[in-house]
Amino acid sequence: MEERKELKVNAIENGTVIDHIPAQNVFQVIHMLSLNECENQILFGTNLDSKKYGKKGLIKVNNRYFDHDTVNKIALVAPTATLIEIKNYKVIDKKNIVIPDHVSKFVKCVNPNCITNHEDVITKFTVIDKKDVKLQCRYCEKTTAKDNFTFI
Amino acid sequence: MKNRSLVSISDYTIDEQLKILKLAAEFEKNPRQKILEKYVVASLFFEPSTRTRLSFESAASQLSAKIIGFSEAGSSSVSKGETLKDTILTVSNYSDIIVMRHPHEGSAKYADEVAPIPIINAGDGAHQHPTQTLLDMYSITKTQGRLDSLNIAFVGDLKYGRTVHSLVMALCQFNTTFHLVSPTELKLPSYVKQHIKDKNLAYHQYTEMNEVIPQVNILYMTRIQKERFSDPIEYERVKDAYILRLSMLTNAKENMKVLHPLPRVNEIDEDVDSSPQAYYFQQARNGVFVRMALLASILGVI
Repeated sequence: MEERKELKVNAIENGTVIDHIPAQNVFQVIHMLSLNECENQILFGTNLDSKKYGKKGLIKVNNRYFDHDTVNKIALVAPTATLIEIKNYKVIDKKNIVIPDHVSKFVKCVNPNCITNHEDVITKFTVIDKKDVKLQCRYCEKTTAKDNFTFI
Repeated sequence: MKNRSLVSISDYTIDEQLKILKLAAEFEKNPRQKILEKYVVASLFFEPSTRTRLSFESAASQLSAKIIGFSEAGSSSVSKGETLKDTILTVSNYSDIIVMRHPHEGSAKYADEVAPIPIINAGDGAHQHPTQTLLDMYSITKTQGRLDSLNIAFVGDLKYGRTVHSLVMALCQFNTTFHLVSPTELKLPSYVKQHIKDKNLAYHQYTEMNEVIPQVNILYMTRIQKERFSDPIEYERVKDAYILRLSMLTNAKENMKVLHPLPRVNEIDEDVDSSPQAYYFQQARNGVFVRMALLASILGVI
């Protein structure tokens, strides 16, 4: 069963599969990993059936392996995602996404009076609560909670 | 502390903070010294703040530094659309240290990342105003002979005042007992109270100040602004309860001092000014010595 579902998006010979992305966030993940600027072959699907989550998204990137810090950034939008590395059509590594200690770019600071919302400053946050995903701004020190995330 | 920016009070350890206070006392004894003759201090006030600016400029002048800068964004190239980064980088070419006040929170931290020279934060929005905290600590030490184990009351708007928040946090390092007097709508935010709890210190909350006055070593007054109230009737009801009058000081400790970050509007009646407890103008004067100590330490001449 599992095998047939996977095949809705073609298998890749070598590369990385990011599975179990919340369906509505696939494009956000593509943006966060700059896949829109990537020249490799990329296959993606969304609103695919998932036993665990109902609907899910999936991205397969040919001939590319990500360092984990890079991929962990997507934890903000896809905490449920799994990262699968493929060589010769075989799974060689499978990992869950881990929420990183620091987050840069992608998220706006919730404080309208923060300097990052007035000048061209790259936002930087410390993750102060990994369970509920709360970010503390490096500049104004205000906390931005998950419900208030606005992605840049 | 040579070349070390002061963006947030926590940038300096307790020992470093105490060292500044000690140095400030030295400057108070001997304020006119030509030790900064070779230095240029940039004073960049992107929003007006007469008191803080004049205090810094007086400190720099008394130590013979040259001062350049502007006192409001309108008279700088900011009004032409220059970014903060460009202003900071440009001014860094003309000076040895930058003192800045800016309306946006986190601006001082950002300026510090960009600038090749040290930054002193003279207030970044509602975020931090560390030199005010140091001058308040100096005023407390000077009048009480110590910082440890004092009873300190904060009166008025405890919700929005960054001065109060920073000072409470700093005093948490010195076994302080806090007396917090405010209207219900303007109570100290819970994250600041959490800080007190984390240090296992006592705090008491009140809505009236009368019973607090005889208990405390320091009465720190703040201004209650009408616009902070969602209900104007509530403001009218409470405003008079937070005005300090001379008659209320009858049972105060002899050595108790009334502090206020200034400007005051009407929250301390003018009849208090002549009392031995009134200390707010000396407090403002102390700011000059603390800023001398900071400029001299950061520029590395001491």
